[in-house]
Amino acid sequence: MKCEELLAMLNEYVDGTVDPAICQDFERHLAGCNPCQVVVDNIRHTITLYKDGQPYELPAEFRRRLHTTLRQRWLETHAS
Amino acid sequence: MVETDSDEIWVRQAKAGDLSAFEALVSRHEGRVYSLAQRMLRQEQDAEDVVQQTFLSALEHLAGFREESSFATWLARIATHAALKIIRRRQSRDATATVSLEQNTEPQPGYDTIPHPEYIADWRQSPHKLLEQKELRQTIEGALETLDEKHRLVFLLRDVEGLSVRDTAQTLGLSEANVKVRLLRARLQLREKLTTAFGDPARRLVGGHTHEAGAAAVS
Ligand SMILES: [Zn+2]
Repeated sequence: MKCEELLAMLNEYVDGTVDPAICQDFERHLAGCNPCQVVVDNIRHTITLYKDGQPYELPAEFRRRLHTTLRQRWLETHAS
Repeated sequence: MVETDSDEIWVRQAKAGDLSAFEALVSRHEGRVYSLAQRMLRQEQDAEDVVQQTFLSALEHLAGFREESSFATWLARIATHAALKIIRRRQSRDATATVSLEQNTEPQPGYDTIPHPEYIADWRQSPHKLLEQKELRQTIEGALETLDEKHRLVFLLRDVEGLSVRDTAQTLGLSEANVKVRLLRARLQLREKLTTAFGDPARRLVGGHTHEAGAAAVS
C-alpha cells in the first residue's frame, strides 16, 4: 500500500469500518510510515477538537427570553 | 455516562409533566444546540431562531420522542433541520448562488483529487488542553469557517453530531458516496489548517512523498 492509497481510505480507518482484509495492509503501512501515522493522529485530534468543544454561549438576554417563552408554552400546553 | 443517565430520568419526568425537569434539559443542552446552529449558519440572530424553534419543537413533540437515540442526538436533528431550512431560504434568495446544497459538484467519486497533506507534525498540545484556552477559539472556529458550506455541513453532521454516513446523506439530500468524499476533504482541510497552527515545527515531517522505503522495510 502507498501513502496515497492509505489517504483514500482514511475515513474508513478513522471510523473503524475498513474491510478486515484491507485493514491488515493498512496497519502494516502505518507501522512503517511515520508521516501517515501522524496524519491519522492529527485527524483524530481534529475531530475531537470540534466534537468536544462547545464554543458559543447563549447571549444572556436571549437566554432569559428563551426560558420565559418555553415556560409560557409549557403552561399553555399542560393547562388541562 | 452520567449525563446520559440523568437525561433519561429528566426526559421521563418531563414527559410526566414536570416543568423543572424540562428546564434542566434545556439548560444542559442549549449551549450545544446554539453552537451547532452558529457553526452551521455563522449568524447570531439566525442561530438564536434555531435554538428557540428547536426547544419549542422538543416541548411540543416530547411525548413522541421514543428514546431510540439520545436526547442530545434528537435535539441535534431538530436543530439541523431548522438550520437547513434557513440555509435553503438564503440560497433561493441569493440570486447569485448557482450551486445549491444538493448539487453534485464533487468530481465523482473523486479520490484522485484529494489534496495531499503538506504540514505534517504532532501537535504541541492535546485537543483538550487546546480547548481550555479561550484565546484559541478564534483559530479553531475560524478554520471551520473557511470550509465551503458543503464541506462544513457534512463535517458537522457526521463528525461533530455523530450521524451515520447514511443519515448525513439523507439529511442533506446527498448520495453516500458524495458524503464520504466531502467528509474526507473536510477532515483533510481542517487537519492542514490546525496542524499549521498547532503543530510542533521542531517535529515537522517531510510529506508529499510515497514513503515506500519505510513501508517496504516492514512488509
Ligand atoms: Zn504513508
